[in-house]
Amino acid sequence: MTISLDLPVTTTAPEREPVIAVRGLVKTYGKVEAVRGIDLAVAPGEIFGFLGPNGAGKTTTIQILCTLLRATAGEASVAGFDVDRDPDAVRSCIGLVFQDPSLDQDLTARENLEFHAIIYNVPRSVRRRRIDAVLEMVGLHDRASAPVKTFSGGMKRRLEIARGILHAPQVLFLDEPTQGLDPQTRAHIWQYLGELRRAEDITIFMTTHYMDEAEYCERIAIIDHGSIVAQGTPDQLKGMVGGDVVTAGTADDSAAAAEVSAKLDVNATVTPDGVRVEVADGAAFVPRLIQVLSVPVNSVTIRRPSLDDVFLKLTGRAIRDDEAGSMDQLRAMAQMWRGRR
Amino acid sequence: MDTIAELARDAVAIRQQEVRTPRWQRTLRAIYVIWYRDLIRYARDRTRLVASLAQPLLFLVVFGVGLSSSLGSVGGGRGGSAAFSTGGASLSYIQYIYPGVVGMAVLFTAMFSSMSIVWDREFGFLKEILVAPIDRSAVAIGKALGGATQAMLQGLIMLAVGPIIGVHLTPLTVVEVIPILFLIAFTLTAFGVAIAARMRSMQGFQVIMNFLLMPVFFLSGSLFPLVGLPAWMTVLTRIDPVAYGIAPLRTAVLSTSGAPGAVTRELASVTWFGWQVPSILALGMLSLLGSVFLGVAIRAFRVRD
Repeated sequence: MTISLDLPVTTTAPEREPVIAVRGLVKTYGKVEAVRGIDLAVAPGEIFGFLGPNGAGKTTTIQILCTLLRATAGEASVAGFDVDRDPDAVRSCIGLVFQDPSLDQDLTARENLEFHAIIYNVPRSVRRRRIDAVLEMVGLHDRASAPVKTFSGGMKRRLEIARGILHAPQVLFLDEPTQGLDPQTRAHIWQYLGELRRAEDITIFMTTHYMDEAEYCERIAIIDHGSIVAQGTPDQLKGMVGGDVVTAGTADDSAAAAEVSAKLDVNATVTPDGVRVEVADGAAFVPRLIQVLSVPVNSVTIRRPSLDDVFLKLTGRAIRDDEAGSMDQLRAMAQMWRGRR
Repeated sequence: MDTIAELARDAVAIRQQEVRTPRWQRTLRAIYVIWYRDLIRYARDRTRLVASLAQPLLFLVVFGVGLSSSLGSVGGGRGGSAAFSTGGASLSYIQYIYPGVVGMAVLFTAMFSSMSIVWDREFGFLKEILVAPIDRSAVAIGKALGGATQAMLQGLIMLAVGPIIGVHLTPLTVVEVIPILFLIAFTLTAFGVAIAARMRSMQGFQVIMNFLLMPVFFLSGSLFPLVGLPAWMTVLTRIDPVAYGIAPLRTAVLSTSGAPGAVTRELASVTWFGWQVPSILALGMLSLLGSVFLGVAIRAFRVRD
């Protein structure tokens, strides 16, 4: 399936030599195409987001960039090293926070970090200080000697992020970094990631299916069914929607939608929240809307377009629609098959 | 924020170090830390420690006492619990199987310690190791050494039982036994690692282990001497690698048991067409096999999908 676009794909070319460069990347599992020809360029110091629903190919792409998977076709380089020809060099430049937990539950927080520091060759002279600093940063210093299995989900996540930055990587990959965390913790994590990025000149490449998390990114690529459908800054992407999103809750939404479409020459759709219209100037539109409607109006909201609206516009679906199910199943089957071989 | 400035300063040092350290040094360090982690986990997991001693002890008591008594009465003329005797000197059955049961503790610990790889895969920690900038050989070697060390320690703990059942061990014997235990442990762990490296599920690994572990243990000469067996069984016992670990172990453990050397050697050795395979050759073959398994394990870890 290909998605036809009326809108131009916005791309901002990085000015410096890109720290992550991807050309025509393809990954297939048997007959399933998880990634179908992706092109990317991420500038040094950038926070780059990969936004898309579950099963869109985000994790597969990240695993290829981290040398955990081999691409079927195409090229990718990280920090100037080819991921296929020089995986060791790539590995020593990157930090990785996985989507799934990857801590040793039986070790303490400090032991997990010590293990990491040693295999990542952190010099002994700074090892202890560095571990203390990252623990301090994620607010786990007082729990350093507790076994990880006693930690809450949020604490484990913070510890994984601390581990990801421990060895001062040039590029930090975050796969769904704050999944399942409360908004306060999420905001806190992003605050120190932002500070650290400036201090240590780190490039951050992250995947997410949370719109509000994507807002922390400087540039976003929207991925769906293994292809990039749009790329740009959050504002550029939102600009694709055009103006404001007006949602009106009425007594009969489908009747109201038909009426609005006919009388006001706009494209009104019915959503669970009510009749939804995208217009250039929301404030000016509302009085006209109420005037033309014969159906009683219960509520009206005007808001700036979110990335959710962009995704809806580009793919015709909301990002939360869980169409990933079948894809995940196929992938799981492919994995089982490989295991048995 | 103060921490940030601190972090930034150290970051520079860390990135420079990355370039400076030679590859072999990093590989050695990775082997060390993977081995060390296994030992920490071993020391903390008291349940497993006790459980993996309980089974061999059970075998020792049930088979040792049970068979000693019945063999003794069946053998009649030999008298008492002396199951094996040559020229007046005798060895009880429990003393005979004791080294085999020590071997069993090593065998089971070695195989199950390699299961931690499948475990790590399931719980994600393996990814942390596989994405690290280390040679994948370090993963296989570190795991094999970690499992081997645990299995060897488990075997050494079992040596404490010796004096209770009348097998006297001198310090020299213990020193002699340590490398033998380690070799058995290493070969079996390397085998386990080679299999575990390919397994994606715990169940699969357990099925394979149960399928291999029990026959390999029973045919190794742990519980009965490998003499006077039917031809088909003789062949199976001679191709069982564990037999070449148990024989030197038994020869060493029983060397100071009071029974004459000829008796122990005859009962302990693996023979090829009547020729007693010397301990040194048996151990040589075992370590060769262990290296082959390790090679297979290293290859398995180097594969990327």
